[in-house]
Amino acid sequence: MPVIPSLTRPTGRLNRATMQHYLDFEKPIADLQARVAELRTTADSGSLNIDGEVKRLEAKSEKMLRDTYERLTPWQKTQVARHPDRPHFKDYVAGFVEDFMPLAGDRGFSDDLAIIGGFGRIHGRRVLVMGHEKGDNTESRLRHNFGMAKPEGYRKAIRLMKLADRFGLPVVTLVDTPGAFPGIQAEERAQAEAIARSTETCLQLKVPIVAAIVGEGGSGGAIALSSANTVLMFEHAIYSVISPEGCASILWRTADKAADAAEAMRISAPELKKLGVIDRVVAEPVGGAHREPDAAIAALGKAISDELGKLAGVSGEKIRLKRRAKFLDMGK
Amino acid sequence: MNWFNNVRNRIPFISKRSTEDTLWHKCRDCNQMVFTKEYEENLSVCPECGFHGRIGPSARFLQLFDDMSWEELPAPKVKEDPLKFRDQKKYVDRLKAARSATGESDAFVNARGQIKGQDAVIGVQDFAFMGGSMGLAVGETFVRGARAAIEAQCPYIVFTASGGARMQEGGLSLMQMPKMTVAVEELREAGLPYIVVLTDPTSGGVMASYAMLGDIQISEPKALLAFTGRRVIENTIREKLPDNFQSAEYLLEHGMLDMIVERSALRDTLAQLIAFLAPSKQAA
Ligand SMILES: [Zn+2]
Repeated sequence: MPVIPSLTRPTGRLNRATMQHYLDFEKPIADLQARVAELRTTADSGSLNIDGEVKRLEAKSEKMLRDTYERLTPWQKTQVARHPDRPHFKDYVAGFVEDFMPLAGDRGFSDDLAIIGGFGRIHGRRVLVMGHEKGDNTESRLRHNFGMAKPEGYRKAIRLMKLADRFGLPVVTLVDTPGAFPGIQAEERAQAEAIARSTETCLQLKVPIVAAIVGEGGSGGAIALSSANTVLMFEHAIYSVISPEGCASILWRTADKAADAAEAMRISAPELKKLGVIDRVVAEPVGGAHREPDAAIAALGKAISDELGKLAGVSGEKIRLKRRAKFLDMGK
Repeated sequence: MNWFNNVRNRIPFISKRSTEDTLWHKCRDCNQMVFTKEYEENLSVCPECGFHGRIGPSARFLQLFDDMSWEELPAPKVKEDPLKFRDQKKYVDRLKAARSATGESDAFVNARGQIKGQDAVIGVQDFAFMGGSMGLAVGETFVRGARAAIEAQCPYIVFTASGGARMQEGGLSLMQMPKMTVAVEELREAGLPYIVVLTDPTSGGVMASYAMLGDIQISEPKALLAFTGRRVIENTIREKLPDNFQSAEYLLEHGMLDMIVERSALRDTLAQLIAFLAPSKQAA
């Protein structure tokens, strides 16, 4: 079950001095940064003493940031993965997709903006790129339904994948969803069937499909776009069969044990790599993708381009069979 | 209650509690108490209200295969407890408890036999085994079932019953969704029917994969069939849901099923479907 994001900024607090959102576990770093900012504004410019103190504090805060992010717990990663300032679909497209041409609609019911997709070029190679868009302010979050797709979203994805398949364009998906939308309309239009068919379509393609879990890979809502030849995952993203809160409320009978559930389910990229669920971990800048979005976006673009390169020139039938074999062997 | 006590007292060495449990069945829907024997003879359907009770693999095979005879396919060996998972209990202990309670090694069992003279492989998910949850064992058993059907060139008929993915296997349980879908693809390519019978209850990741990919989608009456559970939806949208929401009847109304078939008519219906769909060498 997905965790429904609230309309307000979901986590942490705003540091007014630096205008950055800090997560709760980043409090010591936030305090240091605030102190640095304060010194800077109150200092007589050119005072050597103050300059020295600022430098010392900055070095300390940088080290603290690096140390913290090297040792993030799965629950802390969950918060980073959901960070409101983390790059979203539109940022990745702006960063590494040239000539993006969005395509709309499922041809049956509507256009679900929780999933965006279209033609584009990645490092010169033409692709069909699609993914969940969460939105980044109240208005756009509502418009994109926080990245929680309805059946029509998955049916649009199916349509686009089949289109790509017919014209020989590799498919690139960027996964970032708390889960498929849980609501009456979604159920009455067969959410389960839409997800099942989308997964099935991923598995039928004779073109390569490369998926990247960029934020939250929430359960069925994710797998519908990530049953791919190659699955990349950002270092601090999470990929999970149920949200840690959902798992905790079922198995521990309280959502307060979400941190334990996150740990137990092994939802982090390095652990999923070990289990063979994902194929490659993409490193994030120190302090997470939201601190240096440009660097993170470029790193992802390069990794996707690499993986597309490895699959280029392989026959369609082989692409499909290799993808199948990978999932058949999963967990063996 | 005198006659009841008399009956109970005539059975030696059984505590009052377990006598009540074994002799009587309480219907989950209408709460009527009926004799277990009468209930089971009625295919575990409540004689009072017609509610279809949950049944496991053996009862299902017994009701469907010719001459009450079938060959159970061996349970595959899979990695056990790949995450070394523990919540308040260890996952391995939950597995042990489920095994001793059901006598099965996991929540899905296949058997090969005949339905009115026509070959079929039937796979049955067992809700009594950890809520029928889908993990490595369920995924691998399903693949073996599909392949047994391909080998025998016969349909694969799957009875679903599950709360969803097995959380104790984390991401690996999620990966069973594409894995089992590959097996469905193999059946399609072999030109063999894949028939799904949804039974009470089926939900979550099971619903969102092989349970909705049947060439023919059947359900037993009044089965609870959902992607997202009712409580989660109510908490999200804070609205009262329609009474028949997520029932088999609701799904039929919304185009998700071909038919609702009562348990007493299932064998005939399946036999007819196989006759229509089986490869031509078998078809009558
Ligand atoms: Zn009843």
